[in-house]
Amino acid sequence: MSGRKGHALPRLVPRLWAMIIKEFIQLKRDRLSLAMIVIIPLMELLLFGYAINMTPRHLPLAVLSADTSALARDFVAAVKQTGYFDIRGEVTSEARAKAMLRSGQVIAILRIPPGFGRKLRAGMRPQMLLATDATDPVTTSGAVAAVSALATRVFRRALRGPGADLLATPAPFELVVHKRYNPAGKTAINIVPGLIGVILTMTMLVFTGLAVTREVERGTMEALLATPLRPVEIMLGKIAPYIIAGFIQMAIIMGAGRLLFGVPLAGPAQVLLVFTLIFIAANLSLGYTISTIARNQLQAMQMSFFFFLPSILMSGFMFPFHGMPVWARFIGELLPLTHYLRIVRGIMLKGAGFADMAREGFALLIFMLVVMGIAVVRFRRTLD
Amino acid sequence: MSAQGRTEAAGWAIDAHNLRKSFGGREVVRGISLKVRRGEIYGFLGPNGSGKTTTIRMLCGLLTPSGGGGRCLGYDIVRESRMIRLHVGYMTQQFSLYSDLTVGENLAFVARVYGMARPVELAERTAREMGLGARLNQLAGTLSGGWKQRLALAACTLHDPQLLLLDEPTAGVDPKARRDFWDSIHALASRGVTVLVSTHYMDEAERCHELAYIYKGRILANGPVDRIVAQSGLAAFSISGGRGLDDLARHLAGLPQVESVTFRGDEMHVAGRAGKALADAVHAACKARRLTCTADAPTLEDVFIHFMEDRPKVCGGEAGA
Repeated sequence: MSGRKGHALPRLVPRLWAMIIKEFIQLKRDRLSLAMIVIIPLMELLLFGYAINMTPRHLPLAVLSADTSALARDFVAAVKQTGYFDIRGEVTSEARAKAMLRSGQVIAILRIPPGFGRKLRAGMRPQMLLATDATDPVTTSGAVAAVSALATRVFRRALRGPGADLLATPAPFELVVHKRYNPAGKTAINIVPGLIGVILTMTMLVFTGLAVTREVERGTMEALLATPLRPVEIMLGKIAPYIIAGFIQMAIIMGAGRLLFGVPLAGPAQVLLVFTLIFIAANLSLGYTISTIARNQLQAMQMSFFFFLPSILMSGFMFPFHGMPVWARFIGELLPLTHYLRIVRGIMLKGAGFADMAREGFALLIFMLVVMGIAVVRFRRTLD
Repeated sequence: MSAQGRTEAAGWAIDAHNLRKSFGGREVVRGISLKVRRGEIYGFLGPNGSGKTTTIRMLCGLLTPSGGGGRCLGYDIVRESRMIRLHVGYMTQQFSLYSDLTVGENLAFVARVYGMARPVELAERTAREMGLGARLNQLAGTLSGGWKQRLALAACTLHDPQLLLLDEPTAGVDPKARRDFWDSIHALASRGVTVLVSTHYMDEAERCHELAYIYKGRILANGPVDRIVAQSGLAAFSISGGRGLDDLARHLAGLPQVESVTFRGDEMHVAGRAGKALADAVHAACKARRLTCTADAPTLEDVFIHFMEDRPKVCGGEAGA
């Protein structure tokens, strides 16, 4: 046995060498694979090093203050000082504040009750409410902790003198935190709607990503081009069947999410369906565009992967969107998944309606039209 | 051009002039002019890589010519390629129907693409007419070569095109299927359909009303088969008489006046430029070996071999249309 092995080895080495040389030559000619080797680790490094921050700061906050006292103003200033919150607006009605939270314009509301300053000075330990959007519990956890810690420190200077005894523990006021939409802070509540978006992105891209390249590779494209079919007809014909596939996937995830994890559908189903339709069509058009650019099916898969990776990491699915620096958020805004995550979480968990989500839906629509436009222009009507 | 162009075009199914096409600086088609009458079967003959496929693709609008232009069925091949697509049936060299669809589904798809009424019925009827009735529910990918080719012909004739462009339709198909295929083509032509067919089989070329011989992107000769042979200026001899043929073949092939030597069973066919030099050489060689030598008609094959070897002389003189 060992003798035979010793005999086979010298022959194996040149054969193996032949194979290795061939693979290197092919890899050298395959620009896209080369790019993957270099760009993917760089992309991950940059994202994890700079873009992803698990304790996000500068979260948008709405202040609903019924108290104009200096103490109330001091507190708001102190909240801002922590760096965890940026004050996006001082609103006067509860309804307005709720709408801002529902549509995702702010991620928390700070409600200061009437007579807060007076009660504080009187030692009545008034309550202050911080209502947070708990659809993504990770985003707000650091901020809530920071604001809670303020309670004992913030009024140290203002209450010096006659009210100094109020500074003794317990804190002079009580900070009540409401985790809206997901009171238990369950991650399943956050993940399940997001998964609809991620799975739709992945599968839709792959379905149409191969659509054109497959026809070119099998030689059927030449016959298709020789028919009176217009490029737009070919594109829409390729996209349409998969829209149904997308809705089936969505139904499966929502059904299982409800049965297994109790994920609700708080908002109007028809609005969710309309926006999901746009989202599915946007991803299918993107896949189709990729397949008009890719030269073969493998390239199309690689290009889809290039798009899929930032979608997962930079959309707010895996890591808090508000934790990313401005440049990363800008890239995030260009991804359809970012907008769809806001929509699907908003409607399913927060009960948002059409008006709350119209802006995000519009962004998806623009993305879809631009990408479709590129596909039609890129589509080669001839074999030149 | 408009009024005169239309009337002029009326008689010609294809009227192309000086078509050129380059790919990355390499000129593949170098000025092809072509006139095909309506209802005619026109053969495109030439070796692989001679520019047949590129020319056909330019005619149906799949490639944009780098130079020259023309009309198919009266429509400009560049500006009105969409109209050409509606009225032309194009059969690609490679099987280009969906192998994961059945015969019936493929034909129904094509019928719908051309906006035909009752596509499913039309597909079934066409399949039956083409002898594919029994295979209606068979996946196209599982058909044998001959049946695939019949299906492809059915698919490109389904919409009643006035012009058929067939790119090497019989490549790799057995003789029986080839004969059936040519019967179908003649049946279509008798109904007034114009057929442009590329091939490299000589026997198929002889079934065409007219043909053009393409070599390295140029037409070296065109016209009816007998005229091409007559104008070639070749003469041929048939030699028989038993042993010594091998030796004679080696001898003759070495002579400058002999252009081709072909064995046909016990006979030998020798062709070359007609004249005293050829006749004397052949007769002398036969006499020395006691072989029988008779005059024979030059074949199309002789002519094409002559063209290939004699290309520069031909190019300078009678080349092109």
